[in-house]
Amino acid sequence: MRESRLWFWHILSAVAILFLLGLHMGIMHMGTVLEALGLGSTHPTATAEVFARSQHLFFMITYIALLGTALFHGLYGFRSILCELSLSQSLQKAIGRLCTVAGFALFLYGTYVAVRVFQMKGV
Amino acid sequence: MQHRYRNNLGLWGWLGGGRYGFDRYAYALHRLTGLGILAYFLMHIFVTGTRLNGPEAWESAMNFFDNPLFRVGEFLVYLAFLYHAVNGIRLVLVELGLLVGKPGLPSYPYSNSVIRHRPVLVGAMVITAVLVLFAGADFFFLTK
Ligand code: HEM
Repeated sequence: MRESRLWFWHILSAVAILFLLGLHMGIMHMGTVLEALGLGSTHPTATAEVFARSQHLFFMITYIALLGTALFHGLYGFRSILCELSLSQSLQKAIGRLCTVAGFALFLYGTYVAVRVFQMKGV
Repeated sequence: MQHRYRNNLGLWGWLGGGRYGFDRYAYALHRLTGLGILAYFLMHIFVTGTRLNGPEAWESAMNFFDNPLFRVGEFLVYLAFLYHAVNGIRLVLVELGLLVGKPGLPSYPYSNSVIRHRPVLVGAMVITAVLVLFAGADFFFLTK
């Protein structure tokens, strides 16, 4: 039951990532097309643009949402791949725990960065 | 306790465990792209973390990555994302039981869900190819 619930979240997180990462990749890599439509810029990694986006509430929230969903989806997928190799029960448990701890630690770090940069003044 | 089958093929089963069809390689590529994006994403968390130290730190990180090797690497990650995203939507639909046709009696000419679904797989690959062309044009030719 627990496994099927986690798998369901894996699928649901894929749909959320599709929108969040689609937005991110569109802005970062479809600059020319977006600029032609009057919606974007061709210098998305320029320092001023990076910090301007980071200090926008909408981007801060979507970055944190993408961080959480992608960490869950990616690490759960990684764990599933390893568990398919017929490992012992105790090793599977250890991998699950390691992925959970790493996921939470990275989520906390990434969220801290997003919030601190959002609050930076005069950059 | 549920019976567990042993995976005797191990890693080899991903790529060449027998007379696999086209669909099976789509699965292997989904797996490979998933792992590739994950590896990039974990590094990306730390690279974007340099913003904490201000604009100068960000700029020096970007200068470090500003060379043809990383540019091609970045493009490969983008291709992996496009494939994984389009094929992922297809997989979500299949897992919800959609676009695989209705089960029927095994009468000639034989059909199964994989065969009935194949045009969707081909369609997904065509959409990926079109997106890759757009992305390549933007990445290498149009961006100033
Ligand atoms: C763009 C949106 C995405 C979609 C639509 C998507 C969809 C999917 C789907 C449907 C699966 C297979 C689930 C299953 O068959 O049980 C999957 C597996 C996986 N995904 Fe994604 N995904 C996306 C983004 C990502 C990202 C950003 C990462 C990395 C952080 C990632 C890493 C993985 C991994 C490692 C697997 C496991 C592969 C396997 O079991 O063979 N995916 N994805």
